[in-house]
Amino acid sequence: MNANRYIARAANVAARMIGGEMMIMSGADSSLYSLNETASILWQAADGVTPLAQIVEQHICAEYAVDPATALRDAAELSEELARQGILLLSEVPLPDPGTRPKAAP
Amino acid sequence: MTAAAARSRTDIGIGGITVRVRSSSAAFLQLLDERYAGFIERGASPDYEFGVELTPPGEGTADDDVRVYRRNGRWQLERGDFRAEWDPAARRGRIRQSANPYSIDTVLRIVHTLVLAREGGFLLHAASAVRNGSAFVFAGASGAGKTTLSRLAPADAGVLSDEISYVRREENGYYAYGTPFAGELARVGENLRAPLQAVYLLAQGAENRVSNMGKAEAARGILANILFFAEDAELVQAVFLSALDLVERVPVRRLTFRPDAAIWELIR
Repeated sequence: MNANRYIARAANVAARMIGGEMMIMSGADSSLYSLNETASILWQAADGVTPLAQIVEQHICAEYAVDPATALRDAAELSEELARQGILLLSEVPLPDPGTRPKAAP
Repeated sequence: MTAAAARSRTDIGIGGITVRVRSSSAAFLQLLDERYAGFIERGASPDYEFGVELTPPGEGTADDDVRVYRRNGRWQLERGDFRAEWDPAARRGRIRQSANPYSIDTVLRIVHTLVLAREGGFLLHAASAVRNGSAFVFAGASGAGKTTLSRLAPADAGVLSDEISYVRREENGYYAYGTPFAGELARVGENLRAPLQAVYLLAQGAENRVSNMGKAEAARGILANILFFAEDAELVQAVFLSALDLVERVPVRRLTFRPDAAIWELIR
């Protein structure tokens, strides 16, 4: 697993926290997603420039009593799943500018 | 030439938005006047205008899926029984269909969903009614009890719709409007407007009961009942955010009911 993986929120999605859940709507196909607490943390921190490992360390390990290696592995799997759904982008290099990001997988 | 023969248009006002329909067929305009009785406006200034080109009967079928997409800045609305194009910037469009009220009814619903999407509103699969100056919306899929609840409405309630409810955000909150978009009652709603007091998500049960819901569950319930047809990422997102905004501002509750008029005692 590449520890220097970067995650960014895909374009064409709208998201809002409501009732303690992060709800996301894909503008591409109107699919509705609801993220759990951990996934919401990842989503909110997915700025495209902070490495995933750093996000896990700062936002998950600092908040929850969890083994860092396990937390990073779980976060990577979750990120891949959200990327498969087309609502998150995964990259080996930073994705600083939404305008230059590759399009989300359909 | 008589006045009736000279008439070339009719104005249909729904949700505070007036759509002028032009046709060279006085019979078709008369059909619209009857279909949209209560929502025909006289002397109104139209917000949008559509010319209708009538085709021979029997062309296409309403069983096909509807498609709504944008091409070169113009909305294309298509189903087997009609084809329409609408330029929102020019506020004009045209419809090609046979002389029936169902095709244009679908076009009007779609046009209103597109206009509302930009203004913080939407159409809902829901019955709605006004009582004591406040509007109540009862959302649910087919068979959830929308028509039953409308039939059971007390005499002092004005039924806005038994099938498609019209919700829009205005300066000081959300309002529900009556619509002519009828369901099983085949009864046009009353042309009324009132501030939205509450939304109820319908469930049939052995007893009448109102229960509170979490906001996320309420949002899922609202989103599941929104009518929106357009293949347009920007508007899909806008409608989503509008639905969540409504959930933050208007109480959404679960309404379990059995079909008796006592249910209306719980609506407040």
